[in-house]
Amino acid sequence: MSEAINFHYVVDGDDFTSAGEASVDIKRKLRQLGVDPAIIRRVSIAMYEGEVNMVIHAEGGTVDVNVYEDKIEMILSDEGPGIANVELAMKAGFSTAPDYVRSLGFGAGMGLPNMKSYTDGMEIDTKIGVGTTITMVVNLK
Amino acid sequence: MSNFIHSVSLNVSKCKGCTSCLRRCPTEAIRIKEGHAVIDSERCIDCGECIRACPHKAKKAVCSPFEKINEFKYKIAMPAPTLYGQFNNLDDIDYCLQGLLDIGFDDVYEVSYAAEFISAYTRLYLKKEDIKKPIISSACPVIVRLINLRYPSLCDNIMPIIPPMELAAIFARQKAKKKHPELKDEDIGVCFISPCPGKSSYVVNDELGKKENVDVVLAMNDIYFRLLAVMKGEKTPKPLSKSGLLGIGWAVSGGESSALFSDKYLAADGLENVIQVLEEIDNGKLPELDFVELNACNSGCVGGILTVENPYIAKAKMQSLRKYLPVSGAHPDDKIPNEAYFENVNCFKPIQQFSDNMQESMRLMSEIQTVCSNLPEIDCGSCGAPTCLAFAEDVVLKGADINNCIINMKDYLLQKLEEKKDESYDS
Ligand SMILES: Nc1ncnc2c1ncn2[C@@H]1O[C@H](COP(=O)(O)OP(=O)(O)O)[C@@H](O)[C@H]1O
Ligand code: SF4
Ligand SMILES: [Mg+2]
Repeated sequence: MSEAINFHYVVDGDDFTSAGEASVDIKRKLRQLGVDPAIIRRVSIAMYEGEVNMVIHAEGGTVDVNVYEDKIEMILSDEGPGIANVELAMKAGFSTAPDYVRSLGFGAGMGLPNMKSYTDGMEIDTKIGVGTTITMVVNLK
Repeated sequence: MSNFIHSVSLNVSKCKGCTSCLRRCPTEAIRIKEGHAVIDSERCIDCGECIRACPHKAKKAVCSPFEKINEFKYKIAMPAPTLYGQFNNLDDIDYCLQGLLDIGFDDVYEVSYAAEFISAYTRLYLKKEDIKKPIISSACPVIVRLINLRYPSLCDNIMPIIPPMELAAIFARQKAKKKHPELKDEDIGVCFISPCPGKSSYVVNDELGKKENVDVVLAMNDIYFRLLAVMKGEKTPKPLSKSGLLGIGWAVSGGESSALFSDKYLAADGLENVIQVLEEIDNGKLPELDFVELNACNSGCVGGILTVENPYIAKAKMQSLRKYLPVSGAHPDDKIPNEAYFENVNCFKPIQQFSDNMQESMRLMSEIQTVCSNLPEIDCGSCGAPTCLAFAEDVVLKGADINNCIINMKDYLLQKLEEKKDESYDS
């Protein structure tokens, strides 16, 4: 079988308290599929960071996880403000998160760098005023 | 098939199939079949949530009957510290320990005293270089089993040191042999007085390595009533208690952590909270922590299903009992003895996995998605499964009948009705 399995999640931008729920669910699914625990961990951490970013910086969005035989692909899309300077945003420690978010322990500016380091490939497609789509791939083999 | 022996059991004749327990089960181990609950042995973690939830008292914790102690020549009572919090106006633990002798035990050995050794060993263990932090306490067996079933990547975080009850049993046995060299191993009965079915399962299963130190597990609520009858405070009790406030503190959530003299810890209690914390650790979100204490029951073991007193009241009583105690009764060496280590801690069981073959798992997953997309997603429970998704999994993986879903059933019945009408028109 060569078809992918898709898991689709809607990330609610209005409810900060529910951020991270999709990454919890994907863990369960990947376990059911028998994916290696170390890989599950990488996928869920990368996805968690992306999910939180969508809630903090972009009023929510969607996550599509496609599981292929040889790789797991995560596509996070939002219709938020877009990222003005991607190179800068990728720098460890760079953050535009508001104070109330920081007081909750987010906004350390490590999200994007971690997403990159936990995955085997990451692409950011972003346009000011239109939105951001981040595609990440974790290889299974 | 799983050969795990559980300590939560169901009385089928009392069960009305009411679904009260269905959604309370944290591992989705319960289904209602043929009008009554069925517990999946592979998934059950003996947390006792279903016992709490059942309005018909159809579920109960299995321990040994008190009479079992008579099988042994020399009977040692090993009370969990929680026991001390069950009594009104108890101002000295010795009354309680004396009571245990009065109801038929030959000696007592406090689990709280052994707990002080485990605290000391934990302090030493946390100083090691090559360990995976945060270290997760191994004291609550329900948590250990939960991690083994659901959090493969956290199995290595579990502290490989035995729980206080186990160490107490080793010590109690040694003490008995020293005092009575004529006793043979099989003459000695080490009887743990347990706050929960989880500890009982821990004793009867040897998942974490062979252990033959505890012989009998008795229900705390049973012992409580026997003690009430003899604890009249008429005579001065023998000075039996050796524990300090650190050991006694283990009965309440946060007690184990506070004995580590460090502030890099987290203590969570109640399964729902615990699961949230485990998810966070699993996501690498709590890197600053050295130690995580997790208790399945609200407030810790004082909230165990076999206790009598309300956990908050018990907690208050424990606080006043601790007041004039020394910090620690035990003063162990600066070395963790080999006997204090588990044989195997990481025994992850991938029970959630659909099949060994990933292609096959993917095929099953897409079939489940198809079945689920035709279900109403209202999680009503009338099919006997806790959620529509769990039901779809049952249909695909376990051959459950899709018509158990009332929505499908309705269509099916309407169709039958039509057929019947047609028939009657025909005739
Ligand atoms: N989905 C997004 N939409 C808009 N801006 C984003 C998005 N994700 C990240 N950013 C920007 O990139 C910065 C860095 O992101 P990240 O490394 O996750 O750090 P943090 O979230 O802690 O601020 C953010 O502060 C924000 O300005
Ligand atoms: S918290 Fe204590 S009483 Fe409750 S299940 Fe765990 S060990 Fe047993
Ligand atoms: Mg971020």
